[in-house]
Amino acid sequence: MNTNANANQMYIQQISIFLENRVGKLNQVTNLLAKFGIDIRTIALADTNDFGILRLIVNDTEKALSVLQENNFTAKLTNVVAVKVLDEPGGLATILGKIDEIGVSVEYMYAYTKPVNKEAVMIFRFADDESAIKSLQDKNVEFLHTLN
Amino acid sequence: MQLQPEFESMSRPELQKLQFQRLQKLLENVYEKVPFYRQSFDKHGVKPSDLKSLQDLQKFPFTYKQDLRDNYPFNLALADKKDFVRIHASSGTTGKPTVMVYTQNDLQIWSDVMGRSLTGAGITSNDIVQVAFGYGLFTGGLGAHCGGERINAAVIPASGGNSKRQITLLKDLGVNAICCTPSYILSLLDTAKELNIDIHKDLKLRTGVFGAEPWGEEMRQKIEQGFNIKAIDIYGLSEIIGPGVACECREAQHGMHVNEDHFLIETINPETGEVLQPGEQGEIVFTTISKTGMPLIRYRTRDITRLITEPCACGRTFHRMQKVIGRSDDMLIIRGVNVFPTQIESVLMQNKEVAPHYMIFVSTDEHSGMDKLEVQIELNEEMFSDITKNLQHLESNYTKDIKDIIGISCKVRLVEKNSLQRFEGKAQRVIDTRKKK
Repeated sequence: MNTNANANQMYIQQISIFLENRVGKLNQVTNLLAKFGIDIRTIALADTNDFGILRLIVNDTEKALSVLQENNFTAKLTNVVAVKVLDEPGGLATILGKIDEIGVSVEYMYAYTKPVNKEAVMIFRFADDESAIKSLQDKNVEFLHTLN
Repeated sequence: MQLQPEFESMSRPELQKLQFQRLQKLLENVYEKVPFYRQSFDKHGVKPSDLKSLQDLQKFPFTYKQDLRDNYPFNLALADKKDFVRIHASSGTTGKPTVMVYTQNDLQIWSDVMGRSLTGAGITSNDIVQVAFGYGLFTGGLGAHCGGERINAAVIPASGGNSKRQITLLKDLGVNAICCTPSYILSLLDTAKELNIDIHKDLKLRTGVFGAEPWGEEMRQKIEQGFNIKAIDIYGLSEIIGPGVACECREAQHGMHVNEDHFLIETINPETGEVLQPGEQGEIVFTTISKTGMPLIRYRTRDITRLITEPCACGRTFHRMQKVIGRSDDMLIIRGVNVFPTQIESVLMQNKEVAPHYMIFVSTDEHSGMDKLEVQIELNEEMFSDITKNLQHLESNYTKDIKDIIGISCKVRLVEKNSLQRFEGKAQRVIDTRKKK
């Protein structure tokens, strides 16, 4: 069912972390989160020559953010959306087709690692979130409110 | 408007005559009464009588900040202790403080030059002036205070800090002018917003006189637009007298008129000590020709700038000095170009009150043997974006802006918070690992 709810309720909070491209940096983050009992739901890394941006969805966002910042990581919260994708050939193509139709550009996307109700989930960051969410809802694209 | 047009608009030949007379007398006095100068002149093989023209000043030795420290506290004084009426001191970030003494004559000069500065900024006896420079050993507060009183303005000795009270005073007393540091006035803009002050309706400010720290045109625009005032740049250092050594005029707001009847200014090559032509960029050196407490001969300010000798719209004949672009002891020569860390800092300061922490690395490229410049900037949350291309834009914008200012290309690298080395006391911004040729 398309509920056409307020865009704010459609967001999932992602933690974005700035990392220099150096040996052991990633492991510092994962070790820190492990030490504080934070479960990583999904993780994606974007990298350039000099630096990377680590994007994480975790079970306890607030705690993870404060632990990271206390340990001198440049980290912040970013709103992303989680879109339900049919786990079959052409599933993602259908969604991306609809995104093309509404003419919004995707800043980045990555897969959520666990299926939700046997369906696949993709995480998206759009250039213009609000209008993207609204237009995609009109095209019967389903968003997940939580990832538990 | 001029407070003392008989000096401020003197013809240059008349001014030079006055300067020569004062300088001649000064050299004789210090040679006779201050052992430091006698020894220093003797060592250089010069005598006061060698001064036949103003140009001959270049024959005399420089005085350095270290000389003030070595003669701490009063050994450089010309006046007897009984004639001291005020003592100021500068902070000793790198050692002992330096102490400056003022006689009644010196305080009168200071009031005059500060009064001229405020008048030139457009402040009159009808105005209420809030002095938000710190009062104390630092010369900012009392200097501006005496200048305000000198021109019969109503002076509020607010001193620094307590921003809410500053705003209350500005608003309730209908203050017309403020004197403080440029960064402080910007922070007051935020306080005013927090207190829901309508700058245009609630405040009567029309002039600000700002100094004691480096600031650029961009900051000036931000201040002028934010408060709807004219922002005037003032220059001074306690060794010379304090604020009021030089100040912009409201008419031109382009270069600070040096009070040349009291302070002789020279521009020199900081490495060779050679005197440069007016207009050439170099270190500025002052000789205080009318002070009697602790006059200084050819004092090395380490401030780098250039003089403007063209006539000014305001009618003053005093030459102007441009904004100080850096300190000579911080100057780097990279691929033959003079580069100041402050120039790079000014790029990082754009649209910000505080620059992010940064470090400048100069090294020798292994392949080409050329100088290599890299600027590492700690990325804080405010600058951070989760989108890769935004961060790449940030890097390339910094790279471009730095090149625009210093004229040579550099590599900009964003680094993690707190990853750059911190130094005790004064920030050290440069790590130079070049092989000496």
